[in-house]
Amino acid sequence: MDKKTILRSLLVVATLVGITVLQMCKPQAPASVSGSDAAVKAYVPPGQYDEFYNLVSGGFSGQMSVYGLPSGRLFRVIPVFSEDPTTGYGYSEETKAMLNTSHGYVPWDDLHHPAVSTTNGEHDGRWVFGNANNTPRVARIDLKTFRTSEIIELPNSGGNHSSPFITENTEYVVAGTRFSVPVGDKTDVAISTFKENFKGYISFISVDPKDGKMNIAFQLKTPGVSFDLARAGKGPSHGWFFFSCYNTEQAYTLLEVNASQKDKDFIMAVNWKKAEEYLAQGKGEKVKARYARNRYDESTHTATSEMLTEVLQLDPAVLKDIIYFIPCPKSPHGCDTDPSGEYIVGSGKLAALIPVFSFTKIQQAIANKDFEGEFAGIPVIKYESALHGEVKKPGLGPLHTEFDANGNAYTSFFVSSEIVKWNVKSLEVLDRVPTYYSIGHLCVPGGPTRKPHGKYVIAYNKITKDRYLPTGPELTQSAQIYDITGEKMKLILDFPTIGEPHYAEAIPASLIMPQSTKIFKIEENNHPYVAKGEGQAKVERKGNEVHVYMTAIRSHLTPDNIEGVRVGDEVYFHVTNLEQDWDVPHGFAIKGAANAELLIMPGETATLKWKPLSVGVYPFYCTDFCSALHQEMQGYIRISPAGSNVPLKYSTGKTDDTAAGAGR
Amino acid sequence: MRTLLLLWLCLLVISCGQQKTETAASDVTAPVGGGQSNVKDDVSQQDVVKIAVNSTDHTTLVTALQVAEYVDVLSNAGPFTVFAPTNAAFDKLPAGTLETLTKPENKDQLRTILEYHVYVGGLTENLIQDGMTINMASLHNATLNKKDGKLTINGANVLGSARGSNGIVYIIDAVLLPPEEK
Repeated sequence: MDKKTILRSLLVVATLVGITVLQMCKPQAPASVSGSDAAVKAYVPPGQYDEFYNLVSGGFSGQMSVYGLPSGRLFRVIPVFSEDPTTGYGYSEETKAMLNTSHGYVPWDDLHHPAVSTTNGEHDGRWVFGNANNTPRVARIDLKTFRTSEIIELPNSGGNHSSPFITENTEYVVAGTRFSVPVGDKTDVAISTFKENFKGYISFISVDPKDGKMNIAFQLKTPGVSFDLARAGKGPSHGWFFFSCYNTEQAYTLLEVNASQKDKDFIMAVNWKKAEEYLAQGKGEKVKARYARNRYDESTHTATSEMLTEVLQLDPAVLKDIIYFIPCPKSPHGCDTDPSGEYIVGSGKLAALIPVFSFTKIQQAIANKDFEGEFAGIPVIKYESALHGEVKKPGLGPLHTEFDANGNAYTSFFVSSEIVKWNVKSLEVLDRVPTYYSIGHLCVPGGPTRKPHGKYVIAYNKITKDRYLPTGPELTQSAQIYDITGEKMKLILDFPTIGEPHYAEAIPASLIMPQSTKIFKIEENNHPYVAKGEGQAKVERKGNEVHVYMTAIRSHLTPDNIEGVRVGDEVYFHVTNLEQDWDVPHGFAIKGAANAELLIMPGETATLKWKPLSVGVYPFYCTDFCSALHQEMQGYIRISPAGSNVPLKYSTGKTDDTAAGAGR
Repeated sequence: MRTLLLLWLCLLVISCGQQKTETAASDVTAPVGGGQSNVKDDVSQQDVVKIAVNSTDHTTLVTALQVAEYVDVLSNAGPFTVFAPTNAAFDKLPAGTLETLTKPENKDQLRTILEYHVYVGGLTENLIQDGMTINMASLHNATLNKKDGKLTINGANVLGSARGSNGIVYIIDAVLLPPEEK
């Protein structure tokens, strides 16, 4: 071969290699992203709004987060059950009462399930409720302000997992205990007396349709089992409630093994209209209890806490026809009613099938007394009599089901890490997509309502190995959005979430945006320490308490020079934000404060308590970048020794040392 | 052979070249809603621009702000102290001045003049002292006088004031012209 031939052969080879390179450089899409339009479907151009709000539980962060869909952009983290130094929630004098319980001040909890209020079974955009799993409580968040308005504690509950679930017109927010516990006068008992002494309770919390105020209307005393999740009936089944129960073995140790003995546990069907009838007949029993209710008042910008002392109870073992059990395979987790209200889907988390029950058949079975026996005095309906049918071999470990408006169900499978789409009537599996990885809850916008908005299903995943840049031993939890407008589900976006997401709801932006609060009107501020103008700013001493009535407006604090305060004093900075302009909060922080900052909304008053421990001049400043002169928004407080005679004085813009020229 | 070499080079270039994903094309430079000044908000206090826009006495000033593309700037967080000449004040300018200033090629000059009417800071009347010098947004100084409760800036009379969400507007009876550059 001559040189030319060799070179030519080399070039031919190189060309082939080149073609291969061309193939290799194509973007390597994951197998599940079919089609190149995924990015377009999740893309919301800068300056444009998302179509949906996604209200996502923060799990062990105790908070709730707000994302946009389909972009996955995070807008806000709403402090609910955990202190939040960012906003001062739980730190300011006004918000501390929100975290009061019968166990005292509890600064943390575990929020699993948001529930958006409904009217006629459809989203109304007024409130979102959330549960505290650990120290049993239910919170109501106002969707005008995206702030926690009320928290009510649940007596006789061991752990509030099965919560909150709402009836069609938000008549009730319902909460079931995860841990049955001994209650009443007999609580110091041996754990091994579980069967005898441990009881489960379901709380029906009434919601005032006018202002959302919560009150425990009644509790149902149930056998000692664990309640997991629930849904209210709707349409024809309105007036009923369906709870999944596990540990019907009534195990009190090593539940991993001992609560999985039976091949079936129960769905508990509750006729709450019947319970209301008994209550109207005076059959409820007032029982002593101790539980806190904390409400935030928007007019005083202050929360107050009250301790309630009794609760009304009904005993369904005595008062017949309130509850019935329906056998359901293998430790049911999710229990979801479809938009029509006819079908109830039980998801046995250790099962490889999904039973779908029929409300009509349940009613017939009750009428015909088609029972297989009793459990702790409660009738158990025959499985076959209540069953519409089973989805066979859908996957492994079904957890939760949401619905679209076209008669389809979407079920998450934790063990096989996938979402399976199936038809509710025909029970036929239509499609399946993998999730990355270990999906828990899932959400279709409007999925639990009578009128699902559809469009997307969002998976909330526990494990994200290989999905995100690693951040040490713990990786971010995540959500994944799938487009469900076609026959096949299509993954269009991954996005990280705060805390550990459990359930989430998504609601059209149009239902929330128009009534979003912009400012609090200063003339309507009834805070006892408000200063409605700089003329009202002052400092008052009451014994060793010093109250600073401070105002904040772009770009100064009034007063910004304070003297005559001593070591041993307790200083309360009551800061009123005088702004009447949307999106202009001011912040307040002082050196050495043992709590947090304040973040004060326009027209609001908030208070930071500060105990100076040593002599000196302490700076304070605005923490929120409010204006071009934000960095100038500051002041000083002089702390003199205990017993000092320095007179109390305060000012802003007053320069005493004209000779030196400072401030000139 | 040369053709083959060229083809090879081309392939390399194409193969790992730009892989721009087609996304929903949109003009991301222009705000979708038309900018901060167009945010629909009937609840908040009016900002300094809205005060001027809603005043029948300041149509010339508003036109000038629009020509200078300053409306959104003055809707910002501020804080601003704006000295707002009335229509009559603009009328006092030599004939043709305004027409010249509002020509596109004179935008910089117009901006400088408008900036000479803006102080970044919230100067409420109680903070103003007689003979006080303030440095305006144009970086030129102006002098405030306060005698017998009467407020003037560079000799122009303050006719009234209005508090806006992001600052204060002082209505004045003359257009302020920055001192000549030396």
